Amino acid sequence: QMYGTHVQADSVEEEAAFPPNFSVSEIKNKQRRHFMFMKLKQEKRKRKLELKKKRKKEREALGDKAPPKEVPKTIENQRIYDETTVNPEDEEVAFDEGTDEFSSYFNRLTNPKVLITTSDRPRGRTVRFCEQLSTAVPDSHVYYRRGLALKRVIPQCISRGFTFLIVINEDRKVPNGMVLCHLPNGPTAHFKVSSVRLRKEMKRRGKDPTEHSPEVILNNFTTRLGHSIGRMFAALFPHDPQFIGRQVATFHNQRDFIFFRFHRYIFKNEKKVGIQELGPRFTLKLRSLQKGTFDSKYGEYEWVHKRHEMDSSRRKFHL
Amino acid sequence: MASKSQSCSIWVGSETGILKGVSLSKQQAFNFCEMSCLSRDQEVCVLEWGDPLESEVLVGCANGTVKAFSTEKGIFTESKECGDATQGKFTGLAMMDGSLVTCAESGILKVWKEGCTDTIEINVGNGVCRMRQNPSRRSQVATGGKENPLKVWDLERPDKAIFTAKNVKNDWLDLRVPVWVRDIGFIPDSDKIVTCTGYHQMRVYDPSSPQRRPVLEAEFGEYPLTALSLPASQGTVVVGNTHGQLAVLDLRKGLVRGCLKGLAGGVRGLQCHPTLPLVASCGLDRFLRVHSLEDRSLLHKVYLKSRLNCVLLSSRNLELSGADLSGEVEEVKQEGEEDGETDEVWDAMETVTDKTNKRATEKAAEENAVKGPKKRRKVAKK
Repeated sequence: QMYGTHVQADSVEEEAAFPPNFSVSEIKNKQRRHFMFMKLKQEKRKRKLELKKKRKKEREALGDKAPPKEVPKTIENQRIYDETTVNPEDEEVAFDEGTDEFSSYFNRLTNPKVLITTSDRPRGRTVRFCEQLSTAVPDSHVYYRRGLALKRVIPQCISRGFTFLIVINEDRKVPNGMVLCHLPNGPTAHFKVSSVRLRKEMKRRGKDPTEHSPEVILNNFTTRLGHSIGRMFAALFPHDPQFIGRQVATFHNQRDFIFFRFHRYIFKNEKKVGIQELGPRFTLKLRSLQKGTFDSKYGEYEWVHKRHEMDSSRRKFHL
Repeated sequence: MASKSQSCSIWVGSETGILKGVSLSKQQAFNFCEMSCLSRDQEVCVLEWGDPLESEVLVGCANGTVKAFSTEKGIFTESKECGDATQGKFTGLAMMDGSLVTCAESGILKVWKEGCTDTIEINVGNGVCRMRQNPSRRSQVATGGKENPLKVWDLERPDKAIFTAKNVKNDWLDLRVPVWVRDIGFIPDSDKIVTCTGYHQMRVYDPSSPQRRPVLEAEFGEYPLTALSLPASQGTVVVGNTHGQLAVLDLRKGLVRGCLKGLAGGVRGLQCHPTLPLVASCGLDRFLRVHSLEDRSLLHKVYLKSRLNCVLLSSRNLELSGADLSGEVEEVKQEGEEDGETDEVWDAMETVTDKTNKRATEKAAEENAVKGPKKRRKVAKK
């Protein structure tokens, strides 16, 4: 049986004269309630379509005089202006970056050499992730951790000429953290790793990456902190990409999450490009940036993520 | 240049070697550096006032030079070679009767007299982290560092320290407690000295008492405390650690009174204003922040593009610009007018005493009103 009264459009608008309307949620019978809710949604959709048609007609009628289409608001559009955003012509920041810990890489004095390891006793997924990561980063070596303390590993790495140390932390058989340490005396970044996809889980992937050095794309690292992290990622790869290999590694920063993708591209003609995704895919979120090599207890932190202070606004980002 | 430096009330030294002056009244920051010949070995390690009138700032650089900057003229007036890079960075600067006292990380404390070349030199031990001068007794300095306990020296008798702190008792596992003094502060109007350590402890020593062990010990956080400052109001101390946590600790019981929020990077420099309840902090996150100590709120935040090493506050009121007296007079008048307005507002308001009773009765009336219709509804349904 159907309920007697209907929700009419007129009565909704003249609310002052009529007694308050019933709301769909007050019907106790689940079937009837569901039916009334479906009816409500259909009417709402109908009204929305009519409004849209009306607006489109008006726009066509006005022709050239029509007001420009409004840009929808997105969180990236509404981002709070960060005062640490780097101005490309700023001399002081340019000097700071020219003489920081990565200056030896960017002045072409050293070549990157990466050591990849994990936390103690890694499971299969993490081991495979490390192997695939080492194929993506040229001149990288994977070593088994063997329960060694990082503070003792680091001087040995420095003596053997490594420039970067990557430690993938594993929890419950899945990689969930990454410590990226620039070696001679450089900053240590601690990331949270999520959404790891190994090669066999990728759809429509290409063949395994070759030994050619990939090109590196760093997207959207605008603030001063973002610049430091972006330079850190850039210093992982050799200076000159080998374009014969047609491989590209992308670090895309959006809303403080850094997405890593590894592709092979081919130009079909001047305007069309085909890309194949190879290689592992993961997302990173920066937890802390520490000045100096890995020393979580006594090191000085340049930036620490403090959830309750920094994550209070949905439109404020730090990278 | 001169007007800029005269309006600056906070001076900050950065790792790139630039001396920055911040004027809160104009809401601007200015860089004072020599002809853009910047280099990392000019990194500013310590900042101190050159004279009690605060017309000169002494800047200690990493390569061993001490530069004098005049706040009135806005330029570096002189530069002095006080050691070299092999001795380590400067950990303290002080002015005593016209002579300059410098202390480096290797432990060499030197007194440089104007004019004559001979210096008094004391070796305070290796690994010094901080040297501070007693503001009430200018000839006393305190030093401390890693595995270098707190020592108080009198520069008129430089052979032996007046006071050397003794390490605390062995801990509950009977192991020696390591020593790492990071910052020192002298409590005004008393003999006591406060230190903060790299093992997140805050200790108070009293040289006038017979015990050389700390009188009070308090712990805060899990990270090394890097900076310390004593506010104008007695009984508290502000400390900062490498994680960017600033806390106000009580000196009577050793409890945490409250935390100042906002910093994202390690604290390198902290200073409390001599008279107002304000504290300025600077650190590795390239921001200078001024907090109010009364309600622990952030008053000012300034982005200064390099990592900051040390901060120096001037004693005058930070909000007012020191240069023009007319400005001060106008602002004083405004404050007077505001007081007058508020007085009128207070007179117009009713006295508060009756309100509490009214509130109680009103509340009871409201409750009755709420309960009434509910009861009626229940009756109707039945």
